[in-house]
Amino acid sequence: MKARVHVMLKNGVLDPQGEAVRHALGAMGFNGVEGVRQGKVIELDLADGSTEADVTAMCEKLLANTVIESYTVEMN
Amino acid sequence: MHAAVVVFPGSNCDRDLAVAFEASGAKVSKVWHKDTEIPEGVDIIGIPGGFSFGDYLRCGAIAANSPICKSVAAHAKRGGYVIGICNGFQVLTETGLLPGALLRNAGLKYICKTVGLKVETASSAFTQGYTAGDVIDIPIAHHDGNYFADDATIARLQGDERIAFTYTDTPNGAKADIAGILSENRRVLGMMPHPERAADAAHGGTDGQALFRALSGALEAV
Repeated sequence: MKARVHVMLKNGVLDPQGEAVRHALGAMGFNGVEGVRQGKVIELDLADGSTEADVTAMCEKLLANTVIESYTVEMN
Repeated sequence: MHAAVVVFPGSNCDRDLAVAFEASGAKVSKVWHKDTEIPEGVDIIGIPGGFSFGDYLRCGAIAANSPICKSVAAHAKRGGYVIGICNGFQVLTETGLLPGALLRNAGLKYICKTVGLKVETASSAFTQGYTAGDVIDIPIAHHDGNYFADDATIARLQGDERIAFTYTDTPNGAKADIAGILSENRRVLGMMPHPERAADAAHGGTDGQALFRALSGALEAV
């Protein structure tokens, strides 16, 4: 089974990389992009029987820094 | 004073930090990240700068979960002294020994230059060799030194005079110009600038010497 973890900077935490992408899009003529936030996706190959709670524990302990980041877990 | 310097794969300021400790009169032991024990009698642990584990995932995140860091946390909880410089500061925030986090520099660029630091408090073993308000010249060399914490945490740091150093001209977007902070018991210091790179006349500056000398003096007296 697989899990996919999305990690994003929390709202209110400045994302200078997202801002740089927004500027670049504007400079390329893509008008109307009002905000860009950049995050990361982590895919996990898991042994059968692994639970969403296991993945949440991984997020809390390592995959995300909850001081600055939020995360969501997709199990499939 | 007996200092232990932790070495992770990718640390690159461990030797500089050891030399600065030795120059202040300390005995220094190096400790590998896979070690599980800090040597007996260690007064202070130094977490050096560098790129531990290639900065993978987040700067300091993998190092913070390495075997030795459990002993570092235990040492700090017993009231032991810890200094984390640059990547070491990132490791200390990732372990939770210091609040907040270090984000990518606001300008997105790696910055390597000497900056002005204002000493905000002389009330710690690390900063008692300075006078509050002193401005010292210390090099920085980082890509992720943009200190962030929520407003309540910043207010608490300010109220408890736990901000050790601020930038006179913030190069990286750090909130409240924060360059270095102390733990609640004032025995853990994390700072992005490198005092060990301004600790010998041959470095081109010696403003960092007072930190190591004060520390050595304070810990000898214990």
